[in-house]
Amino acid sequence: MTAFRSLSVAMFKGFFRERVALFFTFLMPLMFLVIFGLIFGSSSSNKTKIDVVGDGPVLTALNNTGIVDFQHVDSFDKAIAAVKNGDVPAAISVQGNKIELRYAASDRVQAGTVQAVISSVVDHVNLAASGKPPAVTLDSQQVEDSSLTAIQFLTPGILSWGLATSAIFGSALTLVNWRKKQVLRRIRLSPVSTGTVISSRLLVTIGTTVLQAILFIAVAMTPVFGLQLAGQWWLALPLLIIGSLSFFSIGVLVGSIAKSEEAATGITNVIVLPMAFLSGTFFPLQNAPQWLQTVSEVLPLRHLNDGMVDVLVRGKGVEALVTPTAVLLAFTVVVAFAASRFFSWEDS
Amino acid sequence: MSKGSTIVADGLRKRYGDLWAVDGVSFTVGEGEFFGILGPNGAGKTTTLEIIEGLRKPDEGSVRLFGENPWPRNPKLLPRIGVQLQASSFFEKLTAREQLETFASLYGVSTATAVDMLELVGLSDKANTRENKLSGGQRQRLSIACALAHDPDIVFLDEPTAALDPQARRNLWDVLRAIKARGKTIVYTTHYLDEAEILCDRTAIMDKGKILAMDAPATLVRGLDAPTHVLIERGVLALEEARAIAGVEEAGDDGVSLRLSTRKPAMVLSTLAERGALEGLQVRGATLEDVFLELTGREYRA
Repeated sequence: MTAFRSLSVAMFKGFFRERVALFFTFLMPLMFLVIFGLIFGSSSSNKTKIDVVGDGPVLTALNNTGIVDFQHVDSFDKAIAAVKNGDVPAAISVQGNKIELRYAASDRVQAGTVQAVISSVVDHVNLAASGKPPAVTLDSQQVEDSSLTAIQFLTPGILSWGLATSAIFGSALTLVNWRKKQVLRRIRLSPVSTGTVISSRLLVTIGTTVLQAILFIAVAMTPVFGLQLAGQWWLALPLLIIGSLSFFSIGVLVGSIAKSEEAATGITNVIVLPMAFLSGTFFPLQNAPQWLQTVSEVLPLRHLNDGMVDVLVRGKGVEALVTPTAVLLAFTVVVAFAASRFFSWEDS
Repeated sequence: MSKGSTIVADGLRKRYGDLWAVDGVSFTVGEGEFFGILGPNGAGKTTTLEIIEGLRKPDEGSVRLFGENPWPRNPKLLPRIGVQLQASSFFEKLTAREQLETFASLYGVSTATAVDMLELVGLSDKANTRENKLSGGQRQRLSIACALAHDPDIVFLDEPTAALDPQARRNLWDVLRAIKARGKTIVYTTHYLDEAEILCDRTAIMDKGKILAMDAPATLVRGLDAPTHVLIERGVLALEEARAIAGVEEAGDDGVSLRLSTRKPAMVLSTLAERGALEGLQVRGATLEDVFLELTGREYRA
């Protein structure tokens, strides 16, 4: 076996036999996916619930709009009480041709929506009953917009965050542990080059990243979460590799500076967590203040994130990879240079 | 390079801050020799070893290892030397066999030799045990096996027997003897004087960065002119009688035995035999501890 292969195998085994590492690499990001998926997932079906009394063509037409959700109650008084209590934004009663609507004063936007919807349905029914052609016609069609359902931006975001964490942690901890236990020194005493040691760790990092991605996307595509992959999703693969390269370089830098596993863990957290929030991992950045968006432009996770969203779910092509690739590679060069300044084979 | 010399160290000095950790160390080690560097903690043994291995640059002096300079890192030398570091440096979570195979492959050597080394150190039955599940003695033996995995010509062992219980130490001595029997040159450090006396062909006694004496242990002890201690059972002979025996320099009663110090043990022993006073006889020659005491003027404390 070549030194490169056996070092890679040794690192792979060391990693996969460590339960804590497996948890932080695979299970914790998945937990985040599940938690955020459930929190944000329910908000996308936000029909307005209203209390209704009676039945008729108006209610049928109203139900077909898909905007309101009916809760049938026995009497209008009960329904009005529910509005007063703030349980529902509006109550509607249909007795033959008489339609009564009561809405809560507190939530004007919701009440306005309900009022507008109901009056348009009522007008429509009246117009149909009169038998006259409409004076004005409205042609409306649905347009696919770029704002995504929760799972569509959560999956690429949390995946990017998960691979950033594991790439930085994994490589930093290997370096610190091997230096502390003098394994690096022992390797230094064998005819193995620095490049072999570094590149075998990089291989392990990339391998872990790919496994994470497969697991993640597989879970997100289950019906519970319902992730829809775009046609050119496989463009994510080169992006994953370049992304793990740049986080690997941060990991080597952290592993060169930190003297203990505890220090490496602390430094990694200080880097990864703020970066994750600033990069739009857990929620989209479009509502964030401009200066924050500018700051996030210098973060590698931001660009990995953007690239992943573009190719995985927005259906963009190779052109979407250009900026992320350029930024990530430039970042890698700078950080790798810094790491090479700080790197040492042994604790002095 | 003198013929047959594996190591030629000349005037090595290394300073840490204000302290000369190694202060003018010179010695040579011949091919196939078992060479011990002996001394208390902080004597400069490990630093000396690290300079020879090429891990540190000496501030002054020179080293030749197989005729080559080990500093800076000399890839030509590396396959010929095997090093066991003071800490047992293993790959995390790997089994004994996996450790050896990994180390062997760093040198591009077939893993067959590596597995063979497990047998040499008596760990064949632990081949599939993970490094962290081994006992202290087993870890030391594995770490020596790892140093030998690529079949080097010379092995450096830094305190291989430190912190082992007596039984584990003895097991390890057998391992070291077996390595020597394979024709390897061994350079090792220890702070156990008795051990060096038993194992080494030659010993350098170090203290405070300097080599105080260097020779075969027996020669060092013989050159000492220290008295031999003859012990007999108490009550076989009166203390006054014992003191009067020709050749006895000093006699004492420690409550268990009579202790006679002499530089003429043959004379004293024959007198005791004549008087039929050899009950519970023990004869103790001088040891390296006496040599250390003589050289430094203080008791040996490891």
